[in-house]
Amino acid sequence: MPNTTEVKVEQSDKRKERAKRWHYVKRHKSLYLMILIPIIFVIIWNYWPMYGVIIAFKDYSPAYGIWGSPWVGFKHFTRFFQSYFFGNVIWNTLRISIYSLIVSVPLPIILALMFNEIRVKWLKSTIQTITYIPNFISVVIIVGMINFFFGSQNGVINNLVEMFGGKSIDFLGSSGIFPHMYVWSGIWQGVGWGTLIYTAAMSGIPQDQYEAAYLEGASRFQCIKNITIPAIMPTIVISAILATGGIMAVGFDKTFLMQNASNLSTSEVLSTYTYKMGLVNGEYSFSAAVGLFSNLINFIFLWVVNKFAQHVGDTSLW
Amino acid sequence: MAKAIYKPGKADKAFDVANIVILIVFTLIVLYPIIFVVNASFSDPTKIFDTPLLLWPRGFSLDGYTEILKNKDILVGFKNAVIYTVLGTVVNIAVTTLGAYPLSRKGFEGKGFFTIFFTITMFFSGGLIPTYLVNQQLGIVNTLWVMILPGALSVYNMILMRTYFQQNIPSELIESAYVDGANDMQLLWKVVLPLSTPIIAVMAMFYGVGRWNDYFNAMIYLQDRSKFPLQLILREILVQGQFGDTSQALIGSASAQMMLLKLTLKYSVVVVSTLPVLLFYPVVQKYFEKGIMVGAIKG
Repeated sequence: MPNTTEVKVEQSDKRKERAKRWHYVKRHKSLYLMILIPIIFVIIWNYWPMYGVIIAFKDYSPAYGIWGSPWVGFKHFTRFFQSYFFGNVIWNTLRISIYSLIVSVPLPIILALMFNEIRVKWLKSTIQTITYIPNFISVVIIVGMINFFFGSQNGVINNLVEMFGGKSIDFLGSSGIFPHMYVWSGIWQGVGWGTLIYTAAMSGIPQDQYEAAYLEGASRFQCIKNITIPAIMPTIVISAILATGGIMAVGFDKTFLMQNASNLSTSEVLSTYTYKMGLVNGEYSFSAAVGLFSNLINFIFLWVVNKFAQHVGDTSLW
Repeated sequence: MAKAIYKPGKADKAFDVANIVILIVFTLIVLYPIIFVVNASFSDPTKIFDTPLLLWPRGFSLDGYTEILKNKDILVGFKNAVIYTVLGTVVNIAVTTLGAYPLSRKGFEGKGFFTIFFTITMFFSGGLIPTYLVNQQLGIVNTLWVMILPGALSVYNMILMRTYFQQNIPSELIESAYVDGANDMQLLWKVVLPLSTPIIAVMAMFYGVGRWNDYFNAMIYLQDRSKFPLQLILREILVQGQFGDTSQALIGSASAQMMLLKLTLKYSVVVVSTLPVLLFYPVVQKYFEKGIMVGAIKG
């Protein structure tokens, strides 16, 4: 049993610690006033909606409000799981996101490695600058440009096809082609910009490593394999983890704009379905349930992949 | 890369040539759609489709651009987009800085708690409908505020900025300013911000482009046409094939001519709406390295 003086000393230490902290807060009041502002924003537009998610377990009606509406348990979830759309929407979402994961994770890495091997400085920066540009173009314009190029009337590609005696292809109204159009237009827009984080990681590699390797007669491929890739490995792992964490989040913005009646069987994904059920049909609770389901799956994926990364290597998100 | 001592062998030369050729072809593929649109926008509408590919404007014409000036929807949309973007970005940068600066300070009490409080929102969100209900309850739906206040803070950007402050503002500088009697507010204004042009420029670019390019929030929260930003009008023109208030004139023999004018309008409006972003881009580009790269690695 500890004697009383020891306990007292401990307590007074704690008290001193607390007093010190309090003193800091008082002395730097303005720092806390500053951070209060982003905190208010986050409470209103992030935490308040998180509380609002409980309508997924209720029959929300505006007259009763979020808290007053009656609880219904998992009713909306069961309805979603049993609905005709469930399998289709989930499958569409997974198809697009896995396809896009397979293509859009490795391509920027390969491109960044190629950029890194250019020795002519002005050429390197010119190519980089040009390939970054599409990243800044709005989705509305991207979809507009897809129409310019792939439209069946006066689309550039179809005009070319017809010039060479082929038959016009309905790129935009085909459910089979939709995933390709979606993923590769995304590559066109994002692959250049996607190299940036790898270029950043590569700029931290000490040059003498390459010099030593060259002196020993290593080839360019050996240098890439043994120096560059290991150096950017942590960045690759983090990007891959984050990408899998968005597996259920096929973006609304572009999908919605590319959707039409004839490609809906592959283009209806969770985000567009949530929007239509919620804001178009006014089924708030049902839509909130679908949204919550997709968030949850995303987080589970992120968590599992992160665990896996911790297990295999030494890089992970947390 | 180690130029002085490096003597390329045959295999290495072949590697270099192949690498550069592939990259140049790739760059041209990325660039061509943009060149096509610019060329088409300056072309005579009757001649755009004479051959499939445009390498330069065919039959120079500014009709597409004069057509924009006649289209009230586009002009009002442009004005609204400028307002939302400028106001929104100012709010973004203010809120982000106010969060990033205290978190960057050494010995800031409660740093761990605040950081977790913010980062949780990167992984969990209420989703579309609960967020919509919040804005509805706040009574800001269909007002200017709904275009400005939600999305005022990107936690990811705030962490980038915090990291930049930590790495680029020497703590001795802060301590000596303290000794000279400056308070935390003055420190931010007079010491930290003047040293942070690169990160502020990059943030302005990220936030600004996001605001300028967004159509989703406008689509779900705005009902009055007079409040629509440019992207929403663009959606009607480019995606839904509508042409706003000029389309009533589409009658009789003039219609073929009108259709052609509208065709060039499609191209010119793409150029006009992307121009502000592309003009800003070279100004900010030189900061990318300093701003993003420094922050990104150890984010």
